[in-house]
Order: sequence, then C-alpha cells, then structure tokens
Amino acid sequence: MAAPASEYKDRQLIAVIGDEDSVTGLLLAGVGHVNPPPDAQKNFLVVDQKTDNAAIEAAFDRFTDERKDIAILLINQHIAERIRHRVDSYTAAFPSLLEIPSKDHPYDPEKDSVLKRVRRLFGE
Amino acid sequence: MSGSGAREPVFPTRQSLQVMKSKLKGAQIGHDLLKRKSEALTKRFREITRRIDEAKRKMGRVMQIAAFSLAEVTYAVGGDIGYQIQESAKQARFRVRTKQENVSGVFLPQFESFTVEGKDDFGLTGLGKGGQQVQRCRETYARAVETLVELASLQTAFVILDEVIKVVNRRVNAIEHVIIPRTENTIRYINSELDELDREEFYRLKKVSGKKERDAAAAEVERTKKEDQKSQSQNDEDVETHDVLGDQDNEDVIF
Repeated sequence: MAAPASEYKDRQLIAVIGDEDSVTGLLLAGVGHVNPPPDAQKNFLVVDQKTDNAAIEAAFDRFTDERKDIAILLINQHIAERIRHRVDSYTAAFPSLLEIPSKDHPYDPEKDSVLKRVRRLFGE
Repeated sequence: MSGSGAREPVFPTRQSLQVMKSKLKGAQIGHDLLKRKSEALTKRFREITRRIDEAKRKMGRVMQIAAFSLAEVTYAVGGDIGYQIQESAKQARFRVRTKQENVSGVFLPQFESFTVEGKDDFGLTGLGKGGQQVQRCRETYARAVETLVELASLQTAFVILDEVIKVVNRRVNAIEHVIIPRTENTIRYINSELDELDREEFYRLKKVSGKKERDAAAAEVERTKKEDQKSQSQNDEDVETHDVLGDQDNEDVIF
C-alpha cells in the first residue's frame, strides 16, 4: 500500500532541471550536489534554447529512475511543457516531481500535472 | 431463486451453513470498517488538495521574489554568476529527510528540510562586490526551497493517498457487490437444499407409513379372508361329513 521505508530513507537530495537562473538560485540555496569522481554526476541540469528534448528526457529518467538518492525533482514548468507526455505519465511517489515557475515564465496552474489530476478528481 | 447467481462451491450441510453465516457477518463488519477508513482518508485527501492549491499559489509568489533577488545579484555583481555557481557546487548543504505520518493505517511520508553544516561551496561568490546581495539571495532562495519542500511533501501525500483510496474503495465495492451477495446466495442455496431434504425426508416417512398401513390393511384383508375360508371349510366339513353307512338317501327315522 504505502511505499516501504526502504524506498525513501536514503533519498536526501533535491534535483533540478531548469533554466540558468532557476538553477543558479537553487544552487545558491545549497541544493547542488556532485557525486565524487569517477562518475561525477550532477543533480542539476541547465536547459537553454540549444538543449534538445532528448537530453532533457535523459536527465529526467536519470533523476527519476536511476538515482536512488533524490527525494524531490524540481523542474521548470516551461521545460516540463517540452516533455509533457513524460511528466504527465509519471505517477510514482518517489521522487516527488514538482513543477516550478521560472523568471520568464509565470506559473500557470492549468498546466500542472498534479493540479490537472486534482481537477479531474473533483470533476471541475 | 437460490439456484441462480454465483455462490461458493460448498456442500449444503448445516455445518457449511454456519460457516457461511459467520463469513457473512465478518464481511459486513469488514465492509463497515473499510468504508469508515475510506471516508477518513477522503477527508484527509480533500484537505491535502486544498493545501496543495494554496501552496502552489504561494510558490508562485515566492519564486517570483526569489527570481527578483537573483536579478539584484546579477546587477550588483555586474555579470553572470551562473557559471561560477554551477562549477563550484560540490556538496549539497540543503537536504531533506523523510518522516512518516500515520493516517488511518496509511504511512504518508513527509519531507523535512535540514542543512548540513560543512564547507561552504560559495564562500567566494560575490567576494569582489555584491556580497550582501548574494547573501540575501541565498536566504531568499533557501526560504523558497523550504516552501517547495513543503509542497513536495503535500504532493507525495496526495499521490500516495490517491492510490490508497482507490485500493480501499475497490475493496469496499468488492465486498459490497460481490462477496456479500455471493455469501447470501450461498446461504439461501444451503437453506433451500436443507428444506428440500426435509421435505424429502417427510415425504419418505409418509410413504413408508402409508405403505405400512397398506400392508397392514392387506394383511387384515388376507386374514379375514383366511378366517372366512376357515369357517367356510368348517361348515363344509360339517356338511360333507358323509354317512359312513351309505344310507344317506334314507330318511332318518325319528322316533
């Protein structure tokens, strides 16, 4: 029923997929983490106009499936929009997926995958 | 009719009737309990959705403020610090741990943020100028991330509760619409079979006693017949007692 404790007791990090400003700000707050070498994996990904969707999806998969130390994945809403099908079909409880607004894109509750579910549940 | 509808594969005996009755009772109790659980969870669920809605709005505001303070930093430092920050991030200072909260037997994880004391990755950021802005920006973002963590735990609770409520409702419906009718059906079936057996037994007894009566009557008839014959034959004997002298033609001389 509820997720077993083993599934989240090691999860401590907050991962970010976002544009440069969001990532910078969140890193300033101290969420950034780079695994020790040799597999120096970052827990954040900076997305700009040149980043293609495959790279975003790969990072999304890495943060949600492969890494077991991430508790929360923050993703900018306009980037979530680019891989919307993946975000919408993501239903696992861990890591928790959170869409955040970015500087240039104000937050739109209509597009949020969780709020969409809320609205569907209450039939609005 | 008791024969129609699904029922359990049992032999119609009094023992299985008892078993079925206790099963029905258990199912009804379980149904009530699960229904109550589902109601409690749904109440919690609605509360959480309301709070998610609020928190999302709050997050919008908080992130806006945070973005503004970052813009201040960019202005004060006089250049983009993004690259520098990304390169100097090594160890997460801001982490979350998970606690559990028990809601009617369902464990909902709750994130709780904590800061690991240790070497500061960004000690040199803004050293030249804008150090104050950088500091303020870090505080603002730390607060923003705390809001996000809060929202994330609400959202996780939402996802888990959603699933659990679905499971519980499925069970409630299964008990209500499958198990209870089937058990009732089985009880009716056993009852009707037992009644049928009773009737059969009664009929058999009646048959037996009827046969006995008939037999007795037949025997009686036989006996009376026999008795009749006996008396007849006695009479016959009386009649057919021949005169040993052979003078039956002669009238008896009576003096």
